[in-house]
Formats: sequence, C-alpha cells, structure tokens
Amino acid sequence: MSETILEVEDLLKTFEVRHSKGVRVIKSQVQAVSGVSFSLDKSETMGLVGESGSGKTTVGRCILRLLEPSAGSIKFKGTELVGLDKESLRDLRKEMQIVFQDPYASLDPKRTVGAAVAEPFDIQRIKIDTKAKVGELLDIVGLSPDHADRFPHEFSGGQRQRIGIARALALNPSMIVLDEPVSALDVSIQAGVVNLLQDLQEELGLSYIFIAHDLSVVRHISDRIAVMYLGKLVEVAPAAEIYDRPSHPYTQALLSAVPEPDPAIERQRQRTVLQGEVPSPINPPSGCRFRTRCPKAESKCAEVEPLLVDRGTGHLVACHFPEMTFVDLGAPVSFEPPD
Amino acid sequence: MSEPVLSLKDFRVSFNTMNGTVRAVRGIDIDVERGEMVGIVGESGSGKSVTFLGMMGLLPRSATIEGSAVLDGTELVGMKPKQFMAVRGKKIAMIFQDPLSALNPVHKIGSQIVEMIRSHEKITKAAAARRAVELLDIVGIPQPDQRAVQYPHEFSGGMRQRVMIAMAIANEPDVLIADEPTTALDVTVQAQILEVLQRIQKDLNTSIVLITHDLGVVARVVDRVQVMYAGRAVERAQVDDLFGESSHPYTRGLLKSLPSQDKDRLVPIPGSPPNMLEPPPGCSFAPRCDFAVEACTQTLPELVPFGRGETACIRAGELVGMMDHV
Repeated sequence: MSETILEVEDLLKTFEVRHSKGVRVIKSQVQAVSGVSFSLDKSETMGLVGESGSGKTTVGRCILRLLEPSAGSIKFKGTELVGLDKESLRDLRKEMQIVFQDPYASLDPKRTVGAAVAEPFDIQRIKIDTKAKVGELLDIVGLSPDHADRFPHEFSGGQRQRIGIARALALNPSMIVLDEPVSALDVSIQAGVVNLLQDLQEELGLSYIFIAHDLSVVRHISDRIAVMYLGKLVEVAPAAEIYDRPSHPYTQALLSAVPEPDPAIERQRQRTVLQGEVPSPINPPSGCRFRTRCPKAESKCAEVEPLLVDRGTGHLVACHFPEMTFVDLGAPVSFEPPD
Repeated sequence: MSEPVLSLKDFRVSFNTMNGTVRAVRGIDIDVERGEMVGIVGESGSGKSVTFLGMMGLLPRSATIEGSAVLDGTELVGMKPKQFMAVRGKKIAMIFQDPLSALNPVHKIGSQIVEMIRSHEKITKAAAARRAVELLDIVGIPQPDQRAVQYPHEFSGGMRQRVMIAMAIANEPDVLIADEPTTALDVTVQAQILEVLQRIQKDLNTSIVLITHDLGVVARVVDRVQVMYAGRAVERAQVDDLFGESSHPYTRGLLKSLPSQDKDRLVPIPGSPPNMLEPPPGCSFAPRCDFAVEACTQTLPELVPFGRGETACIRAGELVGMMDHV
C-alpha cells in the first residue's frame, strides 16, 4: 500500500472583490475554489487541469499556504496545515516546494543563479558549503556548476526553468507543486524539462502536483488527473482512464477541443465544440456549474448539485448523466440487438 | 495554377542593434493562393512573426527590409508609410495574439469597426454602423446590435478575438494574417475561434496565413505548411505530407518532442537555436542535428523539391527511412 503524503478535504477559498456601480463600491465574494477534496500518494503525480479561472492555481497555492485557505483541511504527512503557526509551517515548508510558470519573472535579475539556488538554505538558516551544494544542485538539473556565477539573463527559458527546479530541490522536498512549469517553453525544450522532472521523481521519490492547461503534457506525466471547472472537481481518474473513457461532458469537450498533431485524426474526429465561455465565479450557476454549457443538461442539473462519486476503479465523476458506455475516439461501439 | 495573391521572394529582415546586425529573416519565399489557409510554424525566434510584421510595414525604423513581397500585383517592400495606409486594412489585415492591446479601451466596439470601414470606404456613418453589426454577427457574437455599443473590457478574451477578426475582415481583404490568434485562449475557446477562421476562409474566400507554434492547430485547420527555423524556411508541404513523411530533421524533431499516447519518454531536440547575430554559415539546424555531416556546415541550403513537398535538407534523400529509427 502506498503512503498518502497529502490529503485535501473540502478546500474552500474565497476572495473579496470590489467593483463600482455608479459611485457606490460594492464588495462581493468570489469563490475561486469551492470544496475540493483529493489525496496524493508518495511518488505520485497528480495532474490538475482546467481552463483559466477554474481555480487550479489557487488550489496549488493553498496547499503550500502561499494563500490562506478560507475553510477546509490540508494534511501534509499527517500534519494539519490550515491554522498551523508560522514556526512549524516554516519547518514543514522544507518538504514542499513550488516551481512557477514564468521562468523570467521567478528569478531575481540582480542576483546570480548561485545565490538564487542557495537562498532556501539562508531562509531555513541551514549552514552548508554553498559552492559545493549549489554545484551539485545545478548538476542534477543538467546545468554546469560553473553557471553559478552567472545572472539569469544569460540563460534561455528552458535553462531558467531548470534553475527554478534546482532551487525547489535544494531542501530535499518530498512534494513539489509544479504550476504550469513548461507552458512558456517551446516544445523542443519542453520535452527536456518534462524528462528531467520524471527522472527526478524516480530518483528522489518526489510527489508532484502538476498544474497545466496543456492536456497532452499532463497525460504524459501524470498518474492521476483531476479536472476542475469553476472551482470544483468534475472528474478524477487514473490518467489513461480519463483519456480513454472520459465520463463528464466537460472532460469530453475539453479533450475533443485539444488539437492532435495529426491531420488524419483531426479530420475523423467528432468534436464537441462548447458554446460560450466559462461563467463568472462571482455568480456561478445553480446546481451543476457546467450546466450552462452542457449539451446534456436537464432541469435536474439546475436544481441538484451533482456530487463527486466513485463510479468504480477510482474513477470519480460529478455528473447526473455521466457517460457510462466506453467512448472510444475511434469506431463507435455498437451492440447487437437481442433476437 | 492561378497567380498567388501574396508572394514573398527572398524576403529579408534585419535589425541594427548595439551589438551588431541581427538577421532575423534570411531570405524566405512564401506563396499564398486565393482562398487557402497557409500555416507558418516555428518556435520562438524563428522569424515567423517578424516576416509578416515587416511585410506589413509594422516594424520600427531599426529594421531593414529587403527582397520582394507582392500583394495582388502591388510591391509592398519600399512602400511609403502613406501608401501602406491604403493597403493595410483594405487589401491585407492582421490579427494578433493579444486582442485587448489591439483595441482602444475608451471607444465602443462598434465605433472602432465603423472607423475601420470608413477609413477605406466612403459611406455614411449609419451604413457603416449597420455593417459593423453584420460583421459582429458573421464572427459569431450573440446579440450583435447590443454588443456593438459596449466597450472592450465588457468582452471576454475569446469575444475580443472575434471582434478583432470582424475588424480585420471589415473591408474584405484578400489576405488575413493571423499571428498566434489562439495562443492566449483556452482550448475550448480556441476551437471556436478556429471555426470562425475556417468559416471566413470558405464563405468569403479569404486567404489566411496562420502563424503558430502549435502543430496541433496546424493539423486541424491548415491546407499547406511552411516550417521556419532561424529565419529560414526548412520545409514546405501539404499538411498531410508534413505530418506523414516530413523530410527535414528539424520537423521530425519537433514532432518527436510532442507528447503522445504511445510515448513513454519524450525526445527533446538537444541544444538551442543559433544566435542570430552570427548565424552559422551552413544549415542553421546543423549544430543540433543528429544527421549533420561536414557538408551541412558549409553552405546555406535552399528549399528544393523533394517528394511531394520541398525541403532544405541536403541529406533528405539519404535520410528517408533512417529518421524513423532514432
């Protein structure tokens, strides 16, 4: 039995927004994350996908308490993080790290790469042989130890992302939140960073939360995938299961919208093009939040909110009318009628 | 074969910088037929955007543009800014990745389209306004008459891109240049915008040049593709041939680095693109290429017919079948 490293339960995050109506300023609440629960095992990669505004980044930041969760529970290795005092949190943060999307914004242009990678040790007041340790970390991520004296502008996007990863690895974490780590990179460079992340996971037994909107990369790297829509999880399942047997209409539409780099497949595909766009989270639809764009929606969907329930083999779906037949993107399955 | 509506010949763009001359585009040929959608694919820095910005006269003065770009019989290179104003928006239009920065935040959407129409055509404001509403309808904006009197901030990203398309097609240009039009959008919205572009291509017989780094997008909507690397075209083919049997190691490398269902491990292209201050004398991909030989580093390869397409790899003939195994 694998060991659970992270347990998130009913995570809720609301932001207060102000907007003006004439001369009056109105305050209202936006629920960016509305009751998300999932768990992460040791050495597992959980992909978190969704469109912009789905709340996936907010979930990632709440897990590290970079944002303060409004309600719910986050247990990391059995310790409750919500409400934990600063000192204990700092201790625990050694074990959880984050890599950001923009490798240009996440490194201080005025500090050398060596200083950036060594900073976690300063924060944690750990005495080390800086030069040796930094050299070692840069070597792990495929850079040369001599690079320590250079500045971020001397590196390409892919190399900067490697520096970000080296910094995240510095304190020997057991879990890393990867927030769109390869979205800003060209495909030929992206492949190298994805490979590096997989190698590190194998060697160091890391657990990843991989947040991305690019579904093909997520499929490649994840063991399990959670699909978010407007602050809620709509489907959670093993990676292959999500792609081969998507059950939630949103997951199906999302997958069919991703263009495949193969013109022959593209022409054959049956596409569900969703109408409209994600509604505002300030005033989300009643019942199922996806119903306003859902081709299957019925009156029940507006009244009763569907719960995320296990449909067997760890495949969770939050839909009143989930696809029960196995949809193959190829030939349709037909059953012989009984005589 | 009919006369291409847009034809670039030995087109070059260079920038004078403090460190020397950056040769961003180093001689490329592109032909666009009437009513077809051509994809220009390349990674950042390959010169794909700069080529078309240069052609449209939209680059700063530090840019030097050479070669020829003929649009429907008119040479664009060397055109005076005033003459350009008559062409841009009328015969050729361009849309960009970020529609918000292309729209004026303090003017209503409708009046921005009216301005566009009236700068090229002598019609009354009322007629132009009616036309603006029609255009919004064409690009699939619901309740176009109400939306026309709203401001850009009241539109979502996908809707703004539709507005940009409406504006671009306002004067029925021969060619629409779409520079990464869906890169900033979510995939479900991207699918909608691609459908709008396809509809315009079919219904209005507009030629579209789609500049993108996304090979999936290319596979979905484009007829013909040109792959660019370091300011040069490395391969040109019909879309099926490019994905089926690409002849250039760079194209192969790009396709291999993409994740797919049957891949356990991704294959990155080693190294990084050359510094355009001093591009290598030979094939610019040679330093990263698994198949490079001495001859590759000597002379700059030209696009030559190969198979059903064209390739700039001097070893394309020898490499048939070999590249599959790496």
